[in-house]
Amino acid sequence: MPTLIRMPALSPTMTEGTLARWLKNEGDGVEPGDVIAEIETDKATMEVEAVDEGTLGKILVADGTEGVAVNSVIAVLVGEGEDPQSVEAATAELGDTAVPEPRSVPQPSAAKPAPPEDEPPAEAPAQAPAPPPAAVSEPAAPAQPSPPGSRVSASPLARRMAAQAGLELASIRGSGPHGRIVKADIDRALQMGGAPTTDEAEAAPERIELTNVRKVIATRLLEAKQTIPHFYLETDAEAGALLDLRRRINADLEREQRVTVNDLVVKATAMALRRVPEVNSAWGGDHIVRHRAVHVAVAVAVDDGLFTPVVRNTDRKGIREIAREIRSLVQKTRAGKLMPEEYQGGTFSVSNLGMYGIGAFAAVINPPQGGILAVGAAAERPVVRDGVVTAAPVMTLTLSGDHRVIDGAVGARWLAELRKLIEHPALMLA
Amino acid sequence: MAVSKPMERGTEDLPALPNLEVRSAASREPKPNGRERTALGQPPEVLLDIHRRMLLLRRMEERIGQLYAMGEIGGFCHLYIGQEAVAVGMERATRPDDPVITAYRCHAHMVVRGAAPEQVIGELLGKARGVSQGKGGSMHMFDPARNFYGGHGIVGAQVPLGTGIAFALKYRKTDRVCVTYFGDGAISQGQVAEAFNMAALWNLPIVYVVENNQYGMGTAVDRASAISELHRRGESFGIPGREVDGMDPVAVEQAGQAALEHARGGQGPMLLEMKTYRYRGHSMSDPALYRSREEVQKVREERDPIARVADVLVQSGVVDADRLKVVDREIRAQVMEAVTAAQAMPDANPAELLSDIYAAGS
Amino acid sequence: MREISVREAIRDAMAEEMRRDESVFLMGEEVAEYEGAYKVSQGLLKEFGPERVVDTPITEAGFAGVGVGAAMMGLRPIVEFMTWNFAMQAIDQIVNSAAKTRYMSGGLLGLPIVFRGPNGVASQVAAQHSQDYGAWYAHVPGLKVVAPFDAADAKGLLTAAIRDPDPVVFLEHELLYGESGQVPDGEHVAELGRARVVRPGRDVTLVSWSRGVSLVLDAAAELAEQGIDAEVIDLRSLRPLDRATLLGSVQRTHRIVSVEEGWPSCGVGAEIVATVVAEAFDALDAPPQRVSGADVPMPYAAHLEALALPLSETVVRVAHEVCYTDG
Repeated sequence: MPTLIRMPALSPTMTEGTLARWLKNEGDGVEPGDVIAEIETDKATMEVEAVDEGTLGKILVADGTEGVAVNSVIAVLVGEGEDPQSVEAATAELGDTAVPEPRSVPQPSAAKPAPPEDEPPAEAPAQAPAPPPAAVSEPAAPAQPSPPGSRVSASPLARRMAAQAGLELASIRGSGPHGRIVKADIDRALQMGGAPTTDEAEAAPERIELTNVRKVIATRLLEAKQTIPHFYLETDAEAGALLDLRRRINADLEREQRVTVNDLVVKATAMALRRVPEVNSAWGGDHIVRHRAVHVAVAVAVDDGLFTPVVRNTDRKGIREIAREIRSLVQKTRAGKLMPEEYQGGTFSVSNLGMYGIGAFAAVINPPQGGILAVGAAAERPVVRDGVVTAAPVMTLTLSGDHRVIDGAVGARWLAELRKLIEHPALMLA
Repeated sequence: MAVSKPMERGTEDLPALPNLEVRSAASREPKPNGRERTALGQPPEVLLDIHRRMLLLRRMEERIGQLYAMGEIGGFCHLYIGQEAVAVGMERATRPDDPVITAYRCHAHMVVRGAAPEQVIGELLGKARGVSQGKGGSMHMFDPARNFYGGHGIVGAQVPLGTGIAFALKYRKTDRVCVTYFGDGAISQGQVAEAFNMAALWNLPIVYVVENNQYGMGTAVDRASAISELHRRGESFGIPGREVDGMDPVAVEQAGQAALEHARGGQGPMLLEMKTYRYRGHSMSDPALYRSREEVQKVREERDPIARVADVLVQSGVVDADRLKVVDREIRAQVMEAVTAAQAMPDANPAELLSDIYAAGS
Repeated sequence: MREISVREAIRDAMAEEMRRDESVFLMGEEVAEYEGAYKVSQGLLKEFGPERVVDTPITEAGFAGVGVGAAMMGLRPIVEFMTWNFAMQAIDQIVNSAAKTRYMSGGLLGLPIVFRGPNGVASQVAAQHSQDYGAWYAHVPGLKVVAPFDAADAKGLLTAAIRDPDPVVFLEHELLYGESGQVPDGEHVAELGRARVVRPGRDVTLVSWSRGVSLVLDAAAELAEQGIDAEVIDLRSLRPLDRATLLGSVQRTHRIVSVEEGWPSCGVGAEIVATVVAEAFDALDAPPQRVSGADVPMPYAAHLEALALPLSETVVRVAHEVCYTDG
């Protein structure tokens, strides 16, 4: 088998060179150690010595050829007794593969080889953590850099503590150099905020993932508070007559058919909306939507949120019918079986926290509605009757109105109407 | 040419072979070259052994040079071609338990001590079963089991190390002697003189062997050393020196034996200057512009240690030229087998990157 | 326990190990007949003879190399440098020969050797004789670097260093040789590579080693009077660095100041700070700080020298800085 003589790499950086001249001719005998050719590199002219013995069978790269790639075959050596014809075969076999892929010669400075994935270094550099790759050492630039000076200066510890306590760093004044917020500042803020614990582990808040319901509530209420200019009107209504009426209605009814104060308030609300239709309205972007039908939505608390099922055409329904419908809707809500048509399309809402002992509160409007009534508890309060202070059940009614739709005077008129209906419930029966 | 005088750069005044040239350091007087003690006095099997050993080193180094040229070996690579008589002659003079240490031109010293060529070549290829698991490379090979202590890359720094080995041999009250090699370039390092001083002061069992291949990298000896008789560089410490024809393995062996006996006998260190020659550049990327091609060619033709022994063998009728060709083929086949075996070794293991920095478990 | 000086503790460690192990010997300039330039090897020549207590010529590169060569043969040399300043002549043998041989040989050849001697600042001896080499050697994989503060550690750590299978650079301090401390009776071996919490505290970690520990303890005492409870860590070993102890302390105190006699640039303090920032970032309430020697060759004149040294007052001031308190 003839021996192939290849272009040598004469320095670690050499990738190609010039075959300056041959010192042997085809047919010459060659001994190991004989200088057979001269190669010019970028640095110097070097000699190529034969490693094998034989006869120089064929020269493939002529004197003076430039740019000869390292490891390409430059000549063929024929061994003793070998047929010179075999040179042809050997060179023919070379074909396109005569020039092997140039090997990358390892450089002294070359980075260490990455370990194969299935073969991690057995001994992690525990005592000297490996330097992070260059890419990691670059500070991660925010996609949109904050304007200069906008970053709150805080120590890493303070930052972590604030995040755990849910404190806004921006709301805390830093006492460190250049206003840096430090641990002491966070400790102070937590004390003022009544978060007494200094044990960070105990104080660490629990993370609760959002349910879809909670996400919808968050989105809707945020939208409401951010886009609707709320205004609030509050009045007290004596509830003695209403309570009497409820007692009388319920006297003959089975327990499950009984009417609640809330049912009566919903009925009164519907009638007031019929009488002051400006409040039964909503903002339409470039117009006002004045609803012809009165569909009162009733806020129902469930474990993980709040629903507002709708009693359709509330004003046209009787008290017992309303009561029956609300009872059914509450059951469906709590069972998670409310259908979309049962909670969509309300024109006004009623939220009643009286059963929790709340005296008065203001509710957030439930878009796309224009108003909501917040109903407090009917509790004994001092009232003045004929110049005499006496005790009587009173409930506080608070209207939250969309000021784009409802003006204060209109709201006041509506609230007065409602109060009249509550205080004189016989009117509801009319 | 019957006498030698202090050798200058080049090839003039070389003692003819066969020859044993041992000169006293103290005397600059030319002496008869001792033609009566000729290499021919060696039994044929000795000469054949020397020939075979030198040829193995040469063929291995040639093949290593080729592997380097093919990009399979990286970094620095210093070949021993031309200097074979020194390693082989000295190895024949030393006992297996005599420690040996040298610099970075160490492949041949590894192999004459008994390391398998495939382990040396495997190391050069960066293989897991190279002698140093691919962590040392061409310049850093060790074989303490065969009393070879490296394989050191800082010029001259191995000389105090060898002196320390000799210190330990004396401390342990052994009769072993350390052979410490260095080049003509190293002899001007300060710590070589420091080591000479301590070795002489403490009468340590050590033989210093300066392989004077005429060039410290590209600087000829007479351009680097105020006196070019390097064997005299121990004189100020009272270390006797001998100039030896480093191209004559028999001369090397006999000088080595004398020096080792001297040291083993408790008479302290000795310095042997081996006049030798490297055919290749200092390292693979050295075009050797500092000397003429004719100079190299002349040495190859007139002084090559392998050719000289071969000539003696043929002329004396021990073997014929054809038989030597067969030997050459056998050795080249042996080297190729070693290369093949080394190439088949698994690559150095990335999982071992951080091992062997400290003792396991420490 | 008994009270002895650091000087005696080092001598005792060497003597006990030489009695225990015949392969242990001491070599260096003036170690035998002079009994040590700093009187550390008193009595050793008399007990062990000139073959095991070896006076060398003034030839640092040479005898360091001889020591390494002897270790190659399995002896356990203790190579004394009269001071570490002179070991600059020998740093090639320490780094290129001692530290790397085990690795270069693929684990075939280990070197059990101790290089020891006084390191750090001395008094008014100027630039070439007054320098801390801790960072220089701590940089080198293959070396272990130890710098004891008190007598007990001097003995326990030197004993461990002599028994260790790898090269150990043992940095003593001239100004500590005469300091006395309680040392356990009998064999006392400390563990290499472990820092020690010398004084527990809540507010700030002060870390140093060798003579720096005394500065830091002074500073901690003063800080305590000012209402700051400092934790003091004696690093003891610069390589391997006991990162776990450092990080554990910072997790408690949230602040750290390192104190060293050496120059600031690329110093041991820089390594400590980098470690803390990289691995305990979220625990930090203030930027880690370094107190070091001034970035200048050591001047001779006493008042200039004082300006170039780390002082306990500086440590107190910097501790206040990181505690955001007024000193």
